[in-house]
Amino acid sequence: MKSIVCVKRVPDTEARIRIAGDGSSIDPSGVKFVLNPYDEFAVEAALKHKEAAGQGEVTVISVGDASSAETLRTALAMGADAAVLLKADRTPEGLAAAKVLAAEIEGREYDLVLFGMKAIDDDLQAVGPMVAELLGIPVVSAVTEFSVDNGKVTAHREIEGGAEVVELRMPCALTITKGAYEPRYASLKGIMAAKKKPLEEKPASVDAPAAQATLSYPPERQAGRIVGEGPDAVPELLRLLRTEAKVI
Amino acid sequence: MAGIFAFAESRDGELRKVAQEVVTAARKLADAAGTEVHAVALGGSGLSGAAGELGKYGADKVFVGESGAFDRYSPEGFTTVIVNFIKEHGCDAALFPATALGKDLAPRVAARLGVDYLSDATGLDAEGGAVSVTRPRYAGKVFGKVAVSQKPAVISIRPNVFQAAESPKAGAVESLDVDLGSADFGAVVTEIKAAAGEKLDVSEAPIVISGGRGLQDPANFKLLEELAEAFGGRAAVGASRAVVDAGWRPHGDQVGQTGKTVAPTLYIAVGISGAIQHLAGMRTSRYIVAINKDPEAPIFKVADYGIVGDLFQILPRMTEEVKKLMA
Repeated sequence: MKSIVCVKRVPDTEARIRIAGDGSSIDPSGVKFVLNPYDEFAVEAALKHKEAAGQGEVTVISVGDASSAETLRTALAMGADAAVLLKADRTPEGLAAAKVLAAEIEGREYDLVLFGMKAIDDDLQAVGPMVAELLGIPVVSAVTEFSVDNGKVTAHREIEGGAEVVELRMPCALTITKGAYEPRYASLKGIMAAKKKPLEEKPASVDAPAAQATLSYPPERQAGRIVGEGPDAVPELLRLLRTEAKVI
Repeated sequence: MAGIFAFAESRDGELRKVAQEVVTAARKLADAAGTEVHAVALGGSGLSGAAGELGKYGADKVFVGESGAFDRYSPEGFTTVIVNFIKEHGCDAALFPATALGKDLAPRVAARLGVDYLSDATGLDAEGGAVSVTRPRYAGKVFGKVAVSQKPAVISIRPNVFQAAESPKAGAVESLDVDLGSADFGAVVTEIKAAAGEKLDVSEAPIVISGGRGLQDPANFKLLEELAEAFGGRAAVGASRAVVDAGWRPHGDQVGQTGKTVAPTLYIAVGISGAIQHLAGMRTSRYIVAINKDPEAPIFKVADYGIVGDLFQILPRMTEEVKKLMA
């Protein structure tokens, strides 16, 4: 089985985000960048299914600037077989990213295309379904676990208050969320091996964004008051929630 | 102007609360742009009565598409019906709920129409022919504002942010042709696990009670569930990343940058110290209450009200008092 996993380089979840002088991007200084956590689940899922089948190939693809090569190496160190960097002067979002990825995937042989459910920087949760639409293949999003049998995928998908079971015909796309696939740590051996694995770089032509976002900080929350200590403070808390905040 | 499309989500023949919010948001946008609201509800049979109520929230026309094939969400079927509808009726903006269903459906609709998509909007406006969208990035560490001049602007709105407001219109109900003939779809929902709809989701509940490491043991989440129950079905139980990573709670309950971002009326953080990734996910809550034994915990810096102390003593008392209040 041939799997393609699309990955993105994003600021770490613990990073403090500062707006850059242009007002529409973030200041990368002092920010640690990582493989998008949801994409790690997708890489893990691809590796697990390859191992279970005892054969296959996992290719990771990213669109972004030269620094995304580092992110692809992380996925190679986890165990992916090959990587492709679609090199652009910036990392596109949404439809612009989906078009570049779909154009690359179209020319490849594949059974599964996996994505993280969302990138934790733009929070769009759009690229997976968009790539699938552009490729004309079925897709299911927010998958916690899936099985592959006889050219068919059975996926469990998170919905409010439960899960849906979806059957898909291959080739298909899945976006993966936290669930059955606990990402492995890259071993030292894996990291050494990753250096020798193929990482192809190709220039990508990225559409200009339809509109640029102006960034701002959320309003600061004022620290409120400590109502009291221990269980005896409970009645006063509830009184405040009822009469002052009027929320209960 | 060519109208604002509003997708009215339903489950088991009942409209979901978020459908009223989507129509309310569409009404505001339509008033600013001088155009009409076209609400569309798709499902199995039994929707027409429920759909009539969308007029109450400002839909000029309500289109109901009923089909046995739509008893369950059909990703490709819904996309096809909606894209056909938008092509036929025209559309300046298409609004969806930022729910599991909406977030699956809206990006497909956008890609098929060849336009961009913005998710989880917390602010919407119409300015000079463009729809302006405010939405969180980095789970709310910063907000971005974009003026979308593309037509249609495809947007999902965050539940609980656009409070449903009545704005009655005639709301004529028309039925929508959803016959897709012998279309052969590659993805089919075959089963719904767990009692979907019975358990309130953290992303939609008006009250969220989240627990962290301070709970000490997964079994102790029972204390949060009892408190949630005391609020009479209006509260959901959430969790911090630490306890989800430890396998105590499912990922669907996680609040934070690698979980859900929530905006309830009341957020109660119990035994959660307040790591930056958790704060990002809950700071847009209207009121925040923190219960923690460490008075220096960062959670108190964003909380409106706090109690310092042992949660194992505080929670049972709170459940008891809330029960009295609700009685």
